[in-house]
Amino acid sequence: MRTGKVKAIVSNLVIVTADGAVAQNEICHILLGEIFLKAEVIKTAGDDAYVQVFESTRGLKVGDEVIFQGHLLEVSLGPGILTKKYDGLQNDLDKIESIFLSRGTYTDALDMNSEWDFIPLVKNGDMVVAASWLGEVKEKNIPHKIMAPFILDGEFSVKKIADAGRYKLTDTIATLEDKQGNETAITMVQKWPVIKTLKGYKEKIRPYKLLETGIRIIDMMNPMAEGGTGFIPGPFGSGKTVLQHAIARQAKVDVVVVVACGERANEIVEIFTEFPQLDDPQTGGKLIDRTVIIANTSNMPVASRQASVYTGMTIAEYYRAMGLKVLVLADSTSRWAQALREISNRMEELPGPDAYPMDLPAVVSGFYARAGQVKLVNGKDGSITFIGTVSPAGGNLKEPVTEATKKAAHSFYALSQRRADSKRYPAIDAIESYSKFLDYPELVSYMHQTIAQNWKTEVVKMKDRLFKGHEAMEQISILGDDNVPVDYHETFWKSELIDFVILQQDAFDSVDGFTSLERLKYMQQKISEICEASFHFSAYEEVGVYFRSIINAWKQINYSAFQSEEFKNFNRQLDEIVNERKQTNGNVTV
Amino acid sequence: MKENKQMETLPFKKIYTRVIQITKATCTLEATGVGCEEMALVDGKSAQVIKINGRQVTLQVFEGTEGIKTDAEVVFLGKAPSLKVSDEMGGRFFNAYGVPIDGKYTPHGKEVEIGGPSINPVRRKQPFDLIETGIAGIDLNNTLLAGQKIPFFADTDQPYNAVIALVALRSNADRIILGGIGLSNDDYLYFKNLFVNTDMPEKIVGFINTTEDPTVERLLIPDMALSAAEYFAIEKNEKALVLLTDMTLYCDALSIVANRMDQIPSKDSMPGSLYSDLAKIYEKSVQLHSGGSITIISVTTISEGDITHAIPDNTGYITEGQLFLRRDTEIGKVIIDPFRSLSRLKQLVIGKQTREDHPQVMNAAIRLYADAANAKTKLENGFDLSDYDKRTLKFAKEYAQQLLAIDINVDITKMLNTTWNLFRRNFKPEELGIKSKYIEQYWEKATEMEDEHSLMDENMNPANTSFKQRNKTEVKWQ
Repeated sequence: MRTGKVKAIVSNLVIVTADGAVAQNEICHILLGEIFLKAEVIKTAGDDAYVQVFESTRGLKVGDEVIFQGHLLEVSLGPGILTKKYDGLQNDLDKIESIFLSRGTYTDALDMNSEWDFIPLVKNGDMVVAASWLGEVKEKNIPHKIMAPFILDGEFSVKKIADAGRYKLTDTIATLEDKQGNETAITMVQKWPVIKTLKGYKEKIRPYKLLETGIRIIDMMNPMAEGGTGFIPGPFGSGKTVLQHAIARQAKVDVVVVVACGERANEIVEIFTEFPQLDDPQTGGKLIDRTVIIANTSNMPVASRQASVYTGMTIAEYYRAMGLKVLVLADSTSRWAQALREISNRMEELPGPDAYPMDLPAVVSGFYARAGQVKLVNGKDGSITFIGTVSPAGGNLKEPVTEATKKAAHSFYALSQRRADSKRYPAIDAIESYSKFLDYPELVSYMHQTIAQNWKTEVVKMKDRLFKGHEAMEQISILGDDNVPVDYHETFWKSELIDFVILQQDAFDSVDGFTSLERLKYMQQKISEICEASFHFSAYEEVGVYFRSIINAWKQINYSAFQSEEFKNFNRQLDEIVNERKQTNGNVTV
Repeated sequence: MKENKQMETLPFKKIYTRVIQITKATCTLEATGVGCEEMALVDGKSAQVIKINGRQVTLQVFEGTEGIKTDAEVVFLGKAPSLKVSDEMGGRFFNAYGVPIDGKYTPHGKEVEIGGPSINPVRRKQPFDLIETGIAGIDLNNTLLAGQKIPFFADTDQPYNAVIALVALRSNADRIILGGIGLSNDDYLYFKNLFVNTDMPEKIVGFINTTEDPTVERLLIPDMALSAAEYFAIEKNEKALVLLTDMTLYCDALSIVANRMDQIPSKDSMPGSLYSDLAKIYEKSVQLHSGGSITIISVTTISEGDITHAIPDNTGYITEGQLFLRRDTEIGKVIIDPFRSLSRLKQLVIGKQTREDHPQVMNAAIRLYADAANAKTKLENGFDLSDYDKRTLKFAKEYAQQLLAIDINVDITKMLNTTWNLFRRNFKPEELGIKSKYIEQYWEKATEMEDEHSLMDENMNPANTSFKQRNKTEVKWQ
């Protein structure tokens, strides 16, 4: 056992004199009376190991004993992770009975005594490699694969696989043998260090499928692909969290990992409280059944904030290796960057921009790169889609974390303070935002098959209309209402129509909150029909009044279930209003 | 008085008498067996261990190091800053160390370390308990709940202390805990007289650091106030409301300390840990399953409405919304700005515990108020206004006068009726974009409510306030 003694303490950075070799990022325990505090080696200099402590160091003294653990920060992987609420170090919070999280309390991530109905997927004598599926248990609504250990190197033969039946988590369900005849006993649990990518796949492939979220401004205008990455920067109060929760509820995926990284506890409580009540339309279970929550709230120790995003990503990689579609939502990656800054500062490293560590962009892009669509060793698909929020200081998108993330992510959903102030939610700025997937031919052809043949053309047109409307509005406010042609007002109001009925969406309304692809297709056609038409106005005052009535009628449609009687009635009313002023003379055809 | 109390522990402690370095705020000496964050006395002045390097221990001296000699007597107290908590705190005022400043006896009680561990998220309950204040800018547009944390963002010339006092007195809190951070002595006396002269003075507990006290001592105030709140909320299942004013001064004190410890400053000369430092305070707000709760209403003074400054910016990312005070020149009163104010928890109650049309009516009114702001810009730029523009301007003025002004005191249903009334007077139903079923239900009725003018609170001065008068709403539990 390698030990050491505390030599110096500044807040959560402790210098330990070690009596033997230590590894970078090795975990150690610092004894403090009856309890121990978990810490991680982040730098060594001679015999001195600099460790960041995952807990408050109050009361720690020089000379206190330290025991090095011989491993990096690991997570336990096995059936039973779904529905769990973990802290950043994968402690199961439900197993902590007390109101307060007192220091030195660590709990098992998995329920070690739980039993599972195991079905073997290999036979004795089969050859397997790391991440091969050996068997399967049913975890909630998911076929949870029991996989060959990810650390295996090379081919192994299955010496013995357990028969179908009920086994404890820690029972041996398989014995593997390497070419030299060394045997490895396999249980349903394995461990993995969080800072290393858990591969478990053969190759990465380009994303090609739409990740449906039911949020119109995303699905229609700036689509997210399965296996893609995106980020949502926005000043406070612009609706980042509401948007992320809506995505967590609605996204069509198998597993959702929600990482609350240095955020408000009440936001996690909202998920605890609501997800067990909400149905998962895909499986018929409850939403909580497909969800894992990593709750590192803002008042928890800073060092475990960094651990929380890695813990979440590693769990996602584990489920991806089962051939599942996993979505990871991290709110907010800025807090993680700030944790890096705090510790870098205490280590007296030379600072980069805004006192962040110099390697911030590398750390961020290394993390985003862990997402992706993959082909597994057995040829099946799996994906991790990652969406992070960024909380730019002062709402300034030129700050280091936003810039670093912009380089790493595929799509960008900029939340605008101006839209939020006028309660235009979701406050995603449709002109500023982009999705690189719009240029992926794979995804575009997928959209053409699933939504409509002219989908992309229409999206581009719609973006142009918004842009033209914005320009018209600027002209109007410079020159005055009556000093511009009436056309300008029409152009402006057409963009307002798109804004009010398509971009804006009531996340709290059961109907409007989720828009299916079918409905999206209907809306796309309808909006194009109105925007292509020209209308007859004799004075500019008429334009606003008229379009307000169109918006009003369409909003009623948005609140009605698709193709219901109510829906059809409002749709008829809308058509009547549109036909009132539509110019039918000339060659305008619809 | 303070020294006397702490002297009692002296006989059991080793005294060090060789200080090897003294700076403006810290002193360093050689000592062993000292714990991180441990309290100490340096020539009778309170100090705390902030850094240990081998035998060298660096202490932060709260009052400043003026007059400390290199042979000063240093005694380590073997504990982090702590507070004796009990019901005896009720009606009392303390300084940053938890020592009474009202000339009365020191309360007995269990000694707890302040700034304790965070609450297990799974032991929290989702906030559900609406706090009615009678102010429409809050109840209608930014509904508050017990267990919420929310700051007032206000320029220094606005009456923020009077407003938070009013909110506290009208709320149905069982206990109001005032954390005065760098309060002017006048403001301290204002709060004290106000609270002591209510019919239940024992509901108040104060932890006060005035501008006359050492700046760095301020850093202890929020933790003291919240440790007291935790006692009442967790041990006594009470609804505790914590007022923290002014958190900007707290942050200023943080930056002073960071600077003296040679930390590299980040944005606006604030320490890089500002977010974590503030979060540790605000995240103490909680709704517990047992019924107890801690609500934090704070004040963050800002400069000319600039919320991009690091202090309001970090605060906004931590708190569950923010309330902006702004002077509306049209009506000549302070209003709660509907654009920039926000209560993140309102969705949990509006339209559910309040009337179903609440969310839509609230949003429509704010949208129209935004249209009025655009019309106003047009007017200022010398353009003609359309008929719609003129109507929005008229609406905006009435809306500010009858609802947004902070001297309003009516219940939420009446606020909704007043809004419908203003809609009906100025607009056509299709200009509202409200669900048709609500239009059908409330539009026709709107005129009937016309004569029910909203009651102006004749007495904005909360000094003449008693809890019974203010608590028009019954306490709703379970």
